[in-house]
Amino acid sequence: MLNKAIEVRGLRVVRGGRAVLPDLQLSVPTGRVTGLLGPSGCGKTTLIRCLAGVQEIEAGDVTVLGEPAGSSTNRARVAYVTQSSSVYPDLTVRQNLEYFAALHGAAPDAIDRSLAAVDLADRTDQLTGDLSGGQRSRVSLAAALLADPQLLLLDEPTVGLDPVLRRDLWNLFADLAQQGRTLLVSSHVMDEAGRCDEVLLMREGRILAQTSPADLLTRTGADDLERAFLQIAEGEQV
Amino acid sequence: MSRTLATARRVLRQLSHDRRSVAIIVVLPSILLVLFRYVYDDRPMIFDRVGPQMLGVFPFIVMFLVTSVTMVRERTSGTLERLMTTPLRRGELIGGYAIAFAIAALVQSLVSSAVAVWGLGLDMGAVVVLFAVVDALLGTALGLFFSAFARTEFQAVQFMPAVVIPQLLLCGLLAPRDQMTDVLSWLSNLMPLTWATDAFTESLTTSGLNGAMWRDLGILTACVVVAVAGASLTLRRRTP
Repeated sequence: MLNKAIEVRGLRVVRGGRAVLPDLQLSVPTGRVTGLLGPSGCGKTTLIRCLAGVQEIEAGDVTVLGEPAGSSTNRARVAYVTQSSSVYPDLTVRQNLEYFAALHGAAPDAIDRSLAAVDLADRTDQLTGDLSGGQRSRVSLAAALLADPQLLLLDEPTVGLDPVLRRDLWNLFADLAQQGRTLLVSSHVMDEAGRCDEVLLMREGRILAQTSPADLLTRTGADDLERAFLQIAEGEQV
Repeated sequence: MSRTLATARRVLRQLSHDRRSVAIIVVLPSILLVLFRYVYDDRPMIFDRVGPQMLGVFPFIVMFLVTSVTMVRERTSGTLERLMTTPLRRGELIGGYAIAFAIAALVQSLVSSAVAVWGLGLDMGAVVVLFAVVDALLGTALGLFFSAFARTEFQAVQFMPAVVIPQLLLCGLLAPRDQMTDVLSWLSNLMPLTWATDAFTESLTTSGLNGAMWRDLGILTACVVVAVAGASLTLRRRTP
């Protein structure tokens, strides 16, 4: 098994005349939950789109599970969940999942399992557009789980969820990693860093630090992760 | 192939949740035909000539609109980007759309042909149903292609007059093509709807497929293929 799920070398992305990612190096270990943390607009989504293989890049190598990002092999084993729920509002929850299950050739019982995993088993026949924003993004997540992916790229999956649900989802992410899957989870809420095995701190298109949450606190001597991030962002000294 | 059929099923299911659109697709052409018939109540010659041609124009317009708006919605809602990260191939996506809307068009043209033949007494061959479906496919193919140039659903709707009305004016529906100036008649040769209209005109004189209709069918099929190929080229996996 590869010990690096993601390897990025010299990645440069320009959007609207601005270098969103000027020159990015990065590697993400297999079988762990890695948090991608940083303020809105720092390039998290652009980076995740590069890993999913849907972002035009100007230069650099993006290797995912040992293959170029977006290769046809990877499309079968990498799941990408966008920030806004990308499921069909005019289908019921089950119809949405049936479609994505068909695209991935998923097992027949996969739909019920992934609905249970995101706690939506009682909403299957409701129109997705009638659900709340948080419920819709869970439908989107359930659709990603169907594919039985080795790597999950999750862009702010816990935004707008209540604390109980957020805890449940982070537990689910830990379980998935326990099964040997790799998760890259972005967030702009520093508190969530504590739920990751490893964190990547990102600011203005650059990775400031890559470390474990505990190490981050020790190294900066800060009381919480929010302050630790501030200290690193302002000093950039780690 | 299974992914193509899954996509077709998904598109039809989306449509089935939108009862109003289903009603418009199925019933509207028939209502317009009836209206047309009674506007020219005292001159049945006009309805006898133009009625069959309209049977081909409706599925073209309706499917162009439905397809381009659905496709723009797919692009702007992020579902297209998501599909691009799954094993679904671009041709399978486009094929799924084409199958779904061809089925919708078949239902539409069966209903409007039935109304035209049994309700309004139009005398035409059963082959019109074939051409109505081909026209709908043409509308779907052009809709898929032009949706690439629309950023919003609002823009997609604006493409309808831009793409459809010039063809309506020149296809021979409003004025016979042999009475047009050289430039206009030459232009009309380039427009797919011209050949669709021609097939419906031919259907008044024959019950099967005659030579001219085979030619029309060939040209229309070629247009569909070119537009579908163009549409899959406009679908990019990687976007800026």
